[in-house]
Amino acid sequence: MVVAIGLEGSANKLGVGIVKDGEVLSNCRRTYITPPGEGFLPKETAQHHRKHILPLIKEALEVAKMEPQDIDLICYTKGPGMGAPLVSVAVVARTIAQLWNKPIVGVNHCIGHIEMGRAITKCDNPTVLYVSGGNTQVIAYACNRYRIFGETIDIAVGNCLDRFARLVNLSNDPSPGYNIEQAALKGKKLLPLPYSVKGMDVSFSGILSHIEEKGRPLLKSGEYTVEDLCFSLQETVFAMLVETTERAMAHTGSQEVLLVGGVACNVRLQEMMAQMVKERGGIVYATDERYCIDNGAMIAQAGALLYASTGQPTPWDETYIRQRYRTDEVEVTWR
Amino acid sequence: MDFPQDYKLLKQGAEAKIYKGTFLGRPVVVKERFRKTYRHPDLDETISKERLKAEARGILRCKALGVPAPAVYYVDPDTKCMFLEEIDGSTLKDLFTSLLASSSPDDLNQVKLLALSIGEVVGKIHAGHLIHGDLTTSNFLRHGFKTYLIDFGLSSVSTLPEDKAVDLYVLERALVSTHPGCDDLWTQILAGYSKSYTGGSKEVLNKFKEVQARGRKRTMVG
Repeated sequence: MVVAIGLEGSANKLGVGIVKDGEVLSNCRRTYITPPGEGFLPKETAQHHRKHILPLIKEALEVAKMEPQDIDLICYTKGPGMGAPLVSVAVVARTIAQLWNKPIVGVNHCIGHIEMGRAITKCDNPTVLYVSGGNTQVIAYACNRYRIFGETIDIAVGNCLDRFARLVNLSNDPSPGYNIEQAALKGKKLLPLPYSVKGMDVSFSGILSHIEEKGRPLLKSGEYTVEDLCFSLQETVFAMLVETTERAMAHTGSQEVLLVGGVACNVRLQEMMAQMVKERGGIVYATDERYCIDNGAMIAQAGALLYASTGQPTPWDETYIRQRYRTDEVEVTWR
Repeated sequence: MDFPQDYKLLKQGAEAKIYKGTFLGRPVVVKERFRKTYRHPDLDETISKERLKAEARGILRCKALGVPAPAVYYVDPDTKCMFLEEIDGSTLKDLFTSLLASSSPDDLNQVKLLALSIGEVVGKIHAGHLIHGDLTTSNFLRHGFKTYLIDFGLSSVSTLPEDKAVDLYVLERALVSTHPGCDDLWTQILAGYSKSYTGGSKEVLNKFKEVQARGRKRTMVG
Protein backbone atom coordinates (compact mmCIF):
# COMPACT_ATOMS: atom_id res chain seq x y z
CA MET A 1 0.00 0.00 0.00
CA VAL A 2 1.80 3.06 -1.24
CA VAL A 3 0.45 6.50 -0.47
CA ALA A 4 1.95 9.00 -2.90
CA ILE A 5 1.70 12.78 -2.94
CA GLY A 6 2.14 14.48 -6.31
CA LEU A 7 3.22 18.07 -6.89
CA GLU A 8 2.56 19.62 -10.28
CA GLY A 9 3.40 23.10 -11.50
CA SER A 10 4.72 22.93 -15.04
CA ALA A 11 2.47 25.68 -16.38
CA ASN A 12 -0.14 28.01 -14.90
CA LYS A 13 -1.85 25.33 -12.79
CA LEU A 14 -0.51 24.38 -9.42
CA GLY A 15 -1.76 21.00 -8.25
CA VAL A 16 -1.25 18.78 -5.23
CA GLY A 17 -2.86 15.36 -5.10
CA ILE A 18 -2.69 12.28 -2.91
CA VAL A 19 -3.19 8.83 -4.40
CA LYS A 20 -3.35 5.46 -2.66
CA ASP A 21 -3.15 2.43 -4.96
CA GLY A 22 -4.81 4.16 -7.88
CA GLU A 23 -7.50 5.71 -5.66
CA VAL A 24 -7.49 9.51 -5.56
CA LEU A 25 -7.80 10.73 -1.97
CA SER A 26 -7.37 14.40 -2.74
CA ASN A 27 -6.63 16.51 -5.79
CA CYS A 28 -6.40 20.24 -5.07
CA ARG A 29 -5.60 22.91 -7.59
CA ARG A 30 -4.97 26.64 -7.98
CA THR A 31 -4.85 28.31 -11.38
CA TYR A 32 -2.93 31.46 -12.19
CA ILE A 33 -5.33 33.48 -14.31
CA THR A 34 -4.14 36.45 -16.36
CA PRO A 35 -6.27 39.35 -17.65
CA PRO A 36 -7.87 39.06 -21.14
CA GLY A 37 -5.37 39.65 -23.93
CA GLU A 38 -2.44 38.43 -21.84
CA GLY A 39 -0.73 35.08 -21.45
CA PHE A 40 1.07 33.79 -18.38
CA LEU A 41 4.80 34.46 -18.10
CA PRO A 42 7.32 32.26 -16.28
CA LYS A 43 8.29 34.73 -13.56
CA GLU A 44 4.79 35.67 -12.43
CA THR A 45 3.60 32.07 -12.72
CA ALA A 46 6.46 30.91 -10.46
CA GLN A 47 5.56 33.64 -7.95
CA HIS A 48 1.99 32.38 -7.95
CA HIS A 49 3.13 28.81 -7.32
CA ARG A 50 5.49 29.83 -4.51
CA LYS A 51 2.73 31.76 -2.81
CA HIS A 52 0.17 28.96 -2.91
CA ILE A 53 2.06 25.70 -2.68
CA LEU A 54 2.33 25.36 1.11
CA PRO A 55 -1.35 26.09 1.83
CA LEU A 56 -2.22 23.73 -1.04
CA ILE A 57 -0.15 20.87 0.42
CA LYS A 58 -1.90 21.40 3.77
CA GLU A 59 -5.27 21.40 2.03
CA ALA A 60 -4.46 18.19 0.14
CA LEU A 61 -3.43 16.48 3.40
CA GLU A 62 -6.60 17.69 5.15
CA VAL A 63 -8.93 16.54 2.37
CA ALA A 64 -7.22 13.14 2.35
CA LYS A 65 -7.37 13.11 6.20
CA MET A 66 -3.68 12.38 6.42
CA GLU A 67 -0.57 13.50 8.24
CA PRO A 68 2.86 13.84 6.64
CA GLN A 69 3.98 10.58 8.24
CA ASP A 70 1.20 8.70 6.38
CA ILE A 71 2.80 9.61 3.06
CA ASP A 72 5.20 7.02 1.59
CA LEU A 73 6.40 8.77 -1.54
CA ILE A 74 6.92 12.31 -2.85
CA CYS A 75 6.39 12.77 -6.60
CA TYR A 76 7.00 15.96 -8.53
CA THR A 77 6.97 17.07 -12.16
CA LYS A 78 10.45 16.91 -13.59
CA GLY A 79 9.35 18.27 -16.98
CA PRO A 80 8.46 19.25 -19.64
CA GLY A 81 7.26 22.73 -18.80
CA MET A 82 8.28 26.28 -18.05
CA GLY A 83 11.55 26.48 -16.15
CA ALA A 84 10.75 28.87 -13.32
CA PRO A 85 7.40 27.31 -12.30
CA LEU A 86 8.92 23.81 -12.45
CA VAL A 87 11.81 24.86 -10.22
CA SER A 88 9.54 26.53 -7.67
CA VAL A 89 7.65 23.25 -7.20
CA ALA A 90 10.69 20.96 -7.38
CA VAL A 91 12.35 22.90 -4.56
CA VAL A 92 9.33 22.30 -2.32
CA ALA A 93 9.24 18.61 -3.28
CA ARG A 94 12.91 18.19 -2.37
CA THR A 95 12.40 20.05 0.89
CA ILE A 96 9.46 17.99 2.12
CA ALA A 97 11.22 14.79 1.02
CA GLN A 98 14.05 15.69 3.40
CA LEU A 99 11.83 17.07 6.16
CA TRP A 100 9.56 14.03 6.16
CA ASN A 101 12.42 11.68 5.27
CA LYS A 102 10.62 10.08 2.30
CA PRO A 103 11.79 8.84 -1.10
CA ILE A 104 11.33 11.22 -4.02
CA VAL A 105 10.46 10.45 -7.65
CA GLY A 106 10.67 12.83 -10.65
CA VAL A 107 7.83 12.30 -13.12
CA ASN A 108 7.40 13.13 -16.81
CA HIS A 109 4.33 15.33 -17.05
CA CYS A 110 3.03 13.68 -20.25
CA ILE A 111 3.36 10.20 -18.75
CA GLY A 112 1.39 11.51 -15.77
CA HIS A 113 -1.51 12.44 -18.04
CA ILE A 114 -1.46 9.07 -19.78
CA GLU A 115 -1.26 6.99 -16.59
CA MET A 116 -3.99 8.98 -14.86
CA GLY A 117 -6.20 8.50 -17.91
CA ARG A 118 -5.54 4.78 -17.93
CA ALA A 119 -6.22 4.50 -14.21
CA ILE A 120 -9.48 6.46 -14.31
CA THR A 121 -10.96 4.94 -17.48
CA LYS A 122 -9.47 1.45 -17.00
CA CYS A 123 -8.57 1.23 -20.66
CA ASP A 124 -5.78 -1.18 -21.41
CA ASN A 125 -3.72 -0.24 -24.44
CA PRO A 126 -5.15 2.84 -26.11
CA THR A 127 -3.89 5.16 -28.80
CA VAL A 128 -3.48 8.38 -26.83
CA LEU A 129 -4.25 11.86 -28.06
CA TYR A 130 -2.51 14.24 -25.69
CA VAL A 131 -3.61 17.80 -26.31
CA SER A 132 -2.82 20.74 -24.06
CA GLY A 133 -1.37 24.23 -24.04
CA GLY A 134 2.14 22.97 -24.63
CA ASN A 135 1.70 19.55 -26.20
CA THR A 136 -0.03 17.95 -29.13
CA GLN A 137 0.96 14.32 -29.54
CA VAL A 138 -0.53 11.10 -30.84
CA ILE A 139 1.03 8.37 -28.72
CA ALA A 140 0.96 4.58 -28.73
CA TYR A 141 2.76 2.13 -26.51
CA ALA A 142 5.37 -0.23 -27.97
CA CYS A 143 8.44 -1.99 -26.55
CA ASN A 144 8.60 -0.24 -23.17
CA ARG A 145 8.11 3.27 -24.44
CA TYR A 146 5.26 5.58 -25.18
CA ARG A 147 6.10 6.24 -28.82
CA ILE A 148 5.12 9.49 -30.44
CA PHE A 149 3.45 8.71 -33.77
CA GLY A 150 2.34 12.17 -34.63
CA GLU A 151 2.79 15.57 -33.13
CA THR A 152 2.61 19.23 -33.96
CA ILE A 153 5.51 20.46 -35.99
CA ASP A 154 5.14 23.97 -34.59
CA ILE A 155 2.82 25.23 -31.81
CA ALA A 156 0.53 23.13 -29.62
CA VAL A 157 -3.20 23.15 -30.24
CA GLY A 158 -3.91 24.65 -26.80
CA ASN A 159 -1.42 27.39 -27.51
CA CYS A 160 -3.19 28.09 -30.80
CA LEU A 161 -6.53 28.36 -28.95
CA ASP A 162 -5.05 30.52 -26.16
CA ARG A 163 -3.47 32.92 -28.59
CA PHE A 164 -6.64 33.11 -30.63
CA ALA A 165 -8.53 33.99 -27.44
CA ARG A 166 -6.05 36.81 -26.83
CA LEU A 167 -6.57 38.08 -30.39
CA VAL A 168 -10.31 38.41 -29.95
CA ASN A 169 -10.01 39.42 -26.29
CA LEU A 170 -11.81 36.50 -24.70
CA SER A 171 -11.45 36.05 -20.95
CA ASN A 172 -8.81 33.69 -19.49
CA ASP A 173 -11.18 32.83 -16.64
CA PRO A 174 -11.65 29.90 -16.04
CA SER A 175 -9.63 29.14 -19.17
CA PRO A 176 -9.44 30.55 -22.70
CA GLY A 177 -10.30 27.14 -24.17
CA TYR A 178 -13.49 26.91 -22.14
CA ASN A 179 -14.62 30.34 -23.26
CA ILE A 180 -13.90 29.51 -26.90
CA GLU A 181 -15.93 26.32 -26.49
CA GLN A 182 -18.91 28.21 -25.07
CA ALA A 183 -18.75 30.91 -27.74
CA ALA A 184 -18.44 28.29 -30.49
CA LEU A 185 -21.82 26.86 -29.47
CA LYS A 186 -23.38 30.07 -30.80
CA GLY A 187 -21.29 30.13 -33.99
CA LYS A 188 -22.90 29.09 -37.26
CA LYS A 189 -20.84 30.25 -40.18
CA LEU A 190 -17.72 28.30 -41.15
CA LEU A 191 -14.74 30.39 -42.23
CA PRO A 192 -12.41 28.34 -44.43
CA LEU A 193 -9.08 28.04 -42.59
CA PRO A 194 -5.81 26.33 -43.55
CA TYR A 195 -6.08 22.61 -42.88
CA SER A 196 -2.60 21.32 -42.36
CA VAL A 197 -2.12 17.59 -41.88
CA LYS A 198 1.26 16.15 -42.79
CA GLY A 199 1.05 12.39 -42.42
CA MET A 200 0.39 11.90 -38.73
CA ASP A 201 1.78 15.33 -37.91
CA VAL A 202 -0.14 18.59 -37.74
CA SER A 203 0.68 22.26 -37.95
CA PHE A 204 -1.28 25.10 -36.33
CA SER A 205 0.82 28.22 -36.71
CA GLY A 206 -0.54 28.91 -40.22
CA ILE A 207 -4.11 28.98 -38.91
CA LEU A 208 -3.20 31.57 -36.33
CA SER A 209 -1.46 33.88 -38.80
CA HIS A 210 -4.38 33.43 -41.18
CA ILE A 211 -6.83 34.58 -38.51
CA GLU A 212 -4.54 37.42 -37.48
CA GLU A 213 -4.55 38.68 -41.06
CA LYS A 214 -8.04 37.88 -42.29
CA GLY A 215 -10.05 37.63 -39.09
CA ARG A 216 -9.97 41.21 -37.93
CA PRO A 217 -11.28 42.77 -41.17
CA LEU A 218 -14.01 40.12 -41.28
CA LEU A 219 -15.04 40.95 -37.72
CA LYS A 220 -15.01 44.67 -38.43
CA SER A 221 -17.14 44.35 -41.56
CA GLY A 222 -19.60 42.24 -39.56
CA GLU A 223 -19.35 39.38 -42.03
CA TYR A 224 -18.34 37.01 -39.24
CA THR A 225 -18.89 37.24 -35.49
CA VAL A 226 -16.39 36.25 -32.81
CA GLU A 227 -18.63 33.22 -32.17
CA ASP A 228 -18.35 32.21 -35.85
CA LEU A 229 -14.57 32.42 -35.66
CA CYS A 230 -14.50 30.32 -32.47
CA PHE A 231 -16.74 27.78 -34.19
CA SER A 232 -14.60 27.71 -37.36
CA LEU A 233 -11.39 27.39 -35.40
CA GLN A 234 -12.69 24.51 -33.30
CA GLU A 235 -14.18 22.63 -36.25
CA THR A 236 -10.93 22.92 -38.20
CA VAL A 237 -8.31 22.15 -35.58
CA PHE A 238 -10.31 19.34 -33.98
CA ALA A 239 -10.94 17.73 -37.39
CA MET A 240 -7.17 17.75 -37.89
CA LEU A 241 -6.61 16.10 -34.51
CA VAL A 242 -9.27 13.45 -35.03
CA GLU A 243 -7.92 12.70 -38.48
CA THR A 244 -4.34 12.19 -37.32
CA THR A 245 -5.56 10.02 -34.45
CA GLU A 246 -7.47 7.93 -36.97
CA ARG A 247 -4.35 7.63 -39.11
CA ALA A 248 -2.39 6.39 -36.10
CA MET A 249 -5.16 3.88 -35.28
CA ALA A 250 -5.13 2.55 -38.83
CA HIS A 251 -1.36 2.34 -38.77
CA THR A 252 -1.10 0.51 -35.43
CA GLY A 253 -4.33 -1.48 -35.73
CA SER A 254 -5.61 -0.15 -32.41
CA GLN A 255 -9.31 0.10 -31.42
CA GLU A 256 -9.17 2.27 -28.30
CA VAL A 257 -8.55 5.98 -27.99
CA LEU A 258 -7.75 7.84 -24.80
CA LEU A 259 -8.06 11.62 -24.70
CA VAL A 260 -5.87 13.46 -22.20
CA GLY A 261 -4.58 16.96 -21.56
CA GLY A 262 -6.34 20.26 -20.95
CA VAL A 263 -7.86 20.55 -24.43
CA ALA A 264 -9.32 17.04 -24.01
CA CYS A 265 -12.00 18.54 -21.71
CA ASN A 266 -13.56 20.11 -24.76
CA VAL A 267 -16.90 18.39 -25.29
CA ARG A 268 -16.92 19.08 -29.02
CA LEU A 269 -13.55 17.36 -29.44
CA GLN A 270 -14.82 14.42 -27.39
CA GLU A 271 -17.93 14.21 -29.59
CA MET A 272 -15.96 14.28 -32.82
CA MET A 273 -13.54 11.67 -31.56
CA ALA A 274 -16.40 9.44 -30.39
CA GLN A 275 -18.02 9.70 -33.82
CA MET A 276 -14.83 8.69 -35.61
CA VAL A 277 -14.11 5.83 -33.24
CA LYS A 278 -17.68 4.56 -33.48
CA GLU A 279 -17.37 4.28 -37.26
CA ARG A 280 -14.30 2.14 -36.77
CA GLY A 281 -16.03 -0.04 -34.19
CA GLY A 282 -13.80 1.07 -31.34
CA ILE A 283 -14.15 2.79 -27.98
CA VAL A 284 -13.14 6.27 -26.89
CA TYR A 285 -12.15 7.06 -23.32
CA ALA A 286 -12.09 10.54 -21.89
CA THR A 287 -11.87 11.98 -18.40
CA ASP A 288 -13.40 15.15 -17.02
CA GLU A 289 -11.71 18.42 -16.10
CA ARG A 290 -10.53 17.11 -12.70
CA TYR A 291 -8.06 14.82 -14.44
CA CYS A 292 -7.72 16.30 -17.95
CA ILE A 293 -6.39 19.59 -16.70
CA ASP A 294 -2.97 19.48 -15.06
CA ASN A 295 -3.28 18.13 -11.53
CA GLY A 296 -1.23 16.68 -8.73
CA ALA A 297 -2.93 13.27 -8.57
CA MET A 298 -1.67 12.31 -12.01
CA ILE A 299 1.92 12.97 -10.95
CA ALA A 300 1.38 10.89 -7.81
CA GLN A 301 -0.16 8.08 -9.86
CA ALA A 302 2.65 7.90 -12.44
CA GLY A 303 5.30 8.28 -9.73
CA ALA A 304 3.76 5.49 -7.66
CA LEU A 305 3.72 3.14 -10.67
CA LEU A 306 7.35 3.90 -11.42
CA TYR A 307 8.40 3.42 -7.79
CA ALA A 308 6.42 0.19 -7.43
CA SER A 309 8.04 -1.34 -10.51
CA THR A 310 11.66 -0.38 -9.83
CA GLY A 311 11.67 0.03 -6.05
CA GLN A 312 14.11 2.88 -6.59
CA PRO A 313 13.56 6.56 -5.92
CA THR A 314 15.10 9.10 -8.29
CA PRO A 315 18.76 9.54 -7.17
CA TRP A 316 19.06 12.76 -5.16
CA ASP A 317 21.45 14.45 -7.60
CA GLU A 318 19.00 13.79 -10.43
CA THR A 319 16.04 15.47 -8.77
CA TYR A 320 16.39 18.48 -11.02
CA ILE A 321 13.98 19.69 -13.68
CA ARG A 322 14.07 19.44 -17.47
CA GLN A 323 12.13 21.89 -19.59
CA ARG A 324 12.30 19.66 -22.63
CA TYR A 325 11.67 16.19 -21.30
CA ARG A 326 10.24 14.07 -24.11
CA THR A 327 7.51 11.48 -23.61
CA ASP A 328 9.50 8.83 -25.49
CA GLU A 329 12.62 9.26 -23.33
CA VAL A 330 11.04 7.54 -20.35
CA GLU A 331 11.53 3.80 -20.05
CA VAL A 332 8.19 2.34 -19.03
CA THR A 333 9.02 -0.28 -16.43
CA TRP A 334 5.50 -0.80 -15.10
CA ARG A 335 3.77 -2.24 -18.19
CA MET B 1 -21.55 4.27 -53.14
CA ASP B 2 -23.27 0.99 -54.02
CA PHE B 3 -20.88 -1.45 -55.54
CA PRO B 4 -21.67 -4.60 -57.54
CA GLN B 5 -21.90 -7.74 -55.44
CA ASP B 6 -18.47 -9.05 -56.32
CA TYR B 7 -16.82 -6.03 -54.67
CA LYS B 8 -15.49 -6.88 -51.24
CA LEU B 9 -14.56 -4.46 -48.49
CA LEU B 10 -10.87 -5.08 -47.91
CA LYS B 11 -10.27 -2.68 -45.05
CA GLN B 12 -11.16 0.68 -43.64
CA GLY B 13 -8.14 2.93 -43.75
CA ALA B 14 -7.92 6.28 -42.04
CA GLU B 15 -9.27 8.19 -45.01
CA ALA B 16 -11.11 5.76 -47.17
CA LYS B 17 -12.77 2.39 -47.44
CA ILE B 18 -10.83 0.03 -49.68
CA TYR B 19 -12.75 -2.43 -51.86
CA LYS B 20 -11.52 -5.15 -54.18
CA GLY B 21 -13.33 -6.04 -57.38
CA THR B 22 -13.13 -6.08 -61.16
CA PHE B 23 -13.52 -3.14 -63.50
CA LEU B 24 -13.79 -3.72 -67.26
CA GLY B 25 -12.31 -7.16 -66.75
CA ARG B 26 -9.35 -6.06 -64.69
CA PRO B 27 -8.74 -6.61 -60.99
CA VAL B 28 -9.05 -3.27 -59.22
CA VAL B 29 -8.81 -1.68 -55.84
CA VAL B 30 -11.41 0.98 -55.18
CA LYS B 31 -10.72 3.74 -52.74
CA GLU B 32 -13.89 5.36 -51.48
CA ARG B 33 -13.46 8.58 -49.55
CA PHE B 34 -16.66 8.19 -47.58
CA ARG B 35 -18.16 11.05 -45.68
CA LYS B 36 -16.57 11.68 -42.31
CA THR B 37 -19.49 12.47 -40.06
CA TYR B 38 -17.29 14.00 -37.37
CA ARG B 39 -16.28 16.78 -39.75
CA HIS B 40 -18.36 19.80 -40.64
CA PRO B 41 -20.05 18.93 -43.98
CA ASP B 42 -18.53 21.90 -45.86
CA LEU B 43 -15.07 21.18 -44.51
CA ASP B 44 -15.48 17.49 -45.31
CA GLU B 45 -16.55 18.18 -48.88
CA THR B 46 -13.61 20.53 -49.49
CA ILE B 47 -11.07 18.17 -48.00
CA SER B 48 -12.33 15.03 -49.78
CA LYS B 49 -12.42 16.80 -53.12
CA GLU B 50 -8.96 18.27 -52.69
CA ARG B 51 -7.50 14.94 -51.73
CA LEU B 52 -9.17 13.06 -54.57
CA LYS B 53 -7.67 15.53 -57.00
CA ALA B 54 -4.29 15.50 -55.25
CA GLU B 55 -4.23 11.72 -55.38
CA ALA B 56 -4.93 11.49 -59.12
CA ARG B 57 -2.39 14.19 -59.88
CA GLY B 58 0.21 12.75 -57.53
CA ILE B 59 -0.01 9.29 -59.08
CA LEU B 60 0.36 10.67 -62.61
CA ARG B 61 3.34 12.77 -61.66
CA CYS B 62 4.91 9.91 -59.75
CA LYS B 63 4.63 7.55 -62.71
CA ALA B 64 5.97 10.22 -65.04
CA LEU B 65 9.02 10.45 -62.78
CA GLY B 66 9.63 6.75 -63.26
CA VAL B 67 8.51 5.62 -59.81
CA PRO B 68 6.07 2.70 -59.82
CA ALA B 69 2.57 3.58 -58.60
CA PRO B 70 -0.81 1.98 -59.29
CA ALA B 71 -2.48 3.11 -62.52
CA VAL B 72 -5.65 5.18 -62.20
CA TYR B 73 -8.49 3.58 -64.21
CA TYR B 74 -11.37 5.81 -63.29
CA VAL B 75 -12.28 8.64 -60.92
CA ASP B 76 -15.82 9.44 -59.85
CA PRO B 77 -15.87 12.91 -58.31
CA ASP B 78 -19.47 12.60 -57.10
CA THR B 79 -18.98 9.53 -54.95
CA LYS B 80 -15.28 10.37 -54.35
CA CYS B 81 -14.30 6.94 -55.62
CA MET B 82 -11.08 6.08 -57.34
CA PHE B 83 -10.55 2.88 -59.29
CA LEU B 84 -6.92 1.81 -59.15
CA GLU B 85 -4.80 -0.98 -60.57
CA GLU B 86 -4.43 -3.76 -58.03
CA ILE B 87 -0.83 -4.25 -56.90
CA ASP B 88 -0.40 -7.71 -55.48
CA GLY B 89 2.34 -7.05 -52.98
CA SER B 90 3.11 -6.65 -49.28
CA THR B 91 3.58 -3.37 -47.48
CA LEU B 92 7.11 -2.63 -46.37
CA LYS B 93 5.75 -2.29 -42.85
CA ASP B 94 4.80 -5.97 -42.83
CA LEU B 95 7.98 -7.01 -44.61
CA PHE B 96 10.18 -5.13 -42.13
CA THR B 97 8.30 -6.52 -39.16
CA SER B 98 8.74 -10.10 -40.30
CA LEU B 99 12.29 -9.72 -41.63
CA LEU B 100 13.53 -7.89 -38.53
CA ALA B 101 12.19 -10.68 -36.32
CA SER B 102 14.63 -13.09 -37.93
CA SER B 103 18.38 -12.95 -37.46
CA SER B 104 19.56 -14.64 -40.64
CA PRO B 105 22.07 -12.51 -42.55
CA ASP B 106 20.08 -12.93 -45.77
CA ASP B 107 16.98 -11.38 -44.21
CA LEU B 108 18.93 -8.48 -42.76
CA ASN B 109 20.49 -7.88 -46.15
CA GLN B 110 17.02 -7.85 -47.63
CA VAL B 111 15.99 -5.21 -45.06
CA LYS B 112 18.91 -3.04 -46.13
CA LEU B 113 17.95 -3.41 -49.75
CA LEU B 114 14.34 -2.49 -49.11
CA ALA B 115 15.32 0.55 -47.01
CA LEU B 116 17.62 1.67 -49.79
CA SER B 117 14.74 1.34 -52.27
CA ILE B 118 12.54 3.56 -50.05
CA GLY B 119 15.24 6.22 -50.12
CA GLU B 120 15.56 5.95 -53.88
CA VAL B 121 11.82 6.29 -54.41
CA VAL B 122 11.59 9.36 -52.18
CA GLY B 123 14.70 10.87 -53.79
CA LYS B 124 13.25 10.44 -57.25
CA ILE B 125 9.91 12.05 -56.47
CA HIS B 126 11.60 14.92 -54.63
CA ALA B 127 13.91 15.45 -57.58
CA GLY B 128 10.70 15.93 -59.58
CA HIS B 129 9.31 18.28 -56.88
CA LEU B 130 6.55 15.89 -55.85
CA ILE B 131 5.82 15.90 -52.10
CA HIS B 132 4.04 12.77 -50.91
CA GLY B 133 2.76 14.17 -47.63
CA ASP B 134 2.18 10.88 -45.82
CA LEU B 135 5.31 8.78 -46.05
CA THR B 136 5.09 5.74 -43.77
CA THR B 137 6.27 2.18 -44.30
CA SER B 138 2.59 1.23 -44.83
CA ASN B 139 2.56 3.31 -48.00
CA PHE B 140 5.28 1.40 -49.82
CA LEU B 141 4.37 -1.86 -51.54
CA ARG B 142 6.87 -4.42 -52.72
CA HIS B 143 5.87 -6.37 -55.81
CA GLY B 144 8.52 -8.45 -57.54
CA PHE B 145 11.64 -6.34 -57.61
CA LYS B 146 9.81 -3.04 -57.62
CA THR B 147 8.88 -0.75 -54.76
CA TYR B 148 5.55 0.96 -55.37
CA LEU B 149 4.44 4.17 -53.73
CA ILE B 150 0.74 4.50 -52.85
CA ASP B 151 -1.68 6.88 -51.07
CA PHE B 152 -1.13 10.27 -52.63
CA GLY B 153 -4.10 12.01 -50.99
CA LEU B 154 -1.86 14.48 -49.16
CA SER B 155 0.55 14.99 -52.04
CA SER B 156 1.47 18.34 -53.50
CA VAL B 157 3.99 19.89 -55.81
CA SER B 158 6.69 22.12 -54.38
CA THR B 159 10.25 23.07 -55.16
CA LEU B 160 10.96 24.27 -51.61
CA PRO B 161 13.58 22.33 -49.63
CA GLU B 162 11.45 23.02 -46.54
CA ASP B 163 8.52 20.96 -47.89
CA LYS B 164 10.79 18.13 -48.93
CA ALA B 165 12.46 18.19 -45.52
CA VAL B 166 9.09 17.96 -43.74
CA ASP B 167 8.22 15.02 -46.00
CA LEU B 168 11.38 13.26 -44.84
CA TYR B 169 10.67 14.21 -41.23
CA VAL B 170 7.23 12.60 -41.39
CA LEU B 171 8.86 9.42 -42.70
CA GLU B 172 11.50 9.43 -39.99
CA ARG B 173 8.90 9.89 -37.24
CA ALA B 174 6.81 7.06 -38.64
CA LEU B 175 9.85 4.84 -38.93
CA VAL B 176 11.13 5.24 -35.37
CA SER B 177 7.68 4.79 -33.89
CA THR B 178 6.74 1.78 -36.05
CA HIS B 179 10.09 -0.01 -36.10
CA PRO B 180 11.78 1.00 -32.83
CA GLY B 181 15.50 0.53 -32.54
CA CYS B 182 16.28 0.40 -36.25
CA ASP B 183 18.63 3.31 -36.74
CA ASP B 184 20.20 1.34 -39.60
CA LEU B 185 17.03 1.63 -41.64
CA TRP B 186 17.18 5.39 -41.62
CA THR B 187 20.86 5.45 -42.64
CA GLN B 188 20.04 3.24 -45.61
CA ILE B 189 17.08 5.37 -46.59
CA LEU B 190 19.22 8.49 -46.55
CA ALA B 191 21.87 6.73 -48.62
CA GLY B 192 19.25 5.84 -51.23
CA TYR B 193 17.86 9.34 -51.10
CA SER B 194 21.21 11.03 -51.76
CA LYS B 195 21.96 8.54 -54.52
CA SER B 196 18.80 9.19 -56.51
CA TYR B 197 18.52 12.93 -55.81
CA THR B 198 21.99 14.09 -56.74
CA GLY B 199 21.11 17.70 -57.46
CA GLY B 200 19.39 18.81 -54.28
CA SER B 201 19.54 16.21 -51.53
CA LYS B 202 22.24 18.13 -49.66
CA GLU B 203 20.15 21.24 -49.33
CA VAL B 204 17.11 19.23 -48.26
CA LEU B 205 19.09 17.30 -45.66
CA ASN B 206 20.38 20.53 -44.15
CA LYS B 207 16.84 21.81 -43.93
CA PHE B 208 15.80 18.46 -42.49
CA LYS B 209 18.08 19.03 -39.49
CA GLU B 210 16.33 22.34 -38.88
CA VAL B 211 12.89 20.74 -39.06
CA GLN B 212 14.04 18.00 -36.70
CA ALA B 213 15.24 20.56 -34.19
CA ARG B 214 11.93 22.38 -34.37
CA GLY B 215 9.90 19.27 -33.68
CA ARG B 216 12.01 17.39 -31.19
CA LYS B 217 13.62 20.01 -29.07
CA ARG B 218 10.76 22.42 -29.30
CA THR B 219 9.94 23.88 -25.91
CA MET B 220 7.27 21.71 -24.38
CA VAL B 221 5.05 23.35 -21.84
CA GLY B 222 1.80 22.25 -20.28
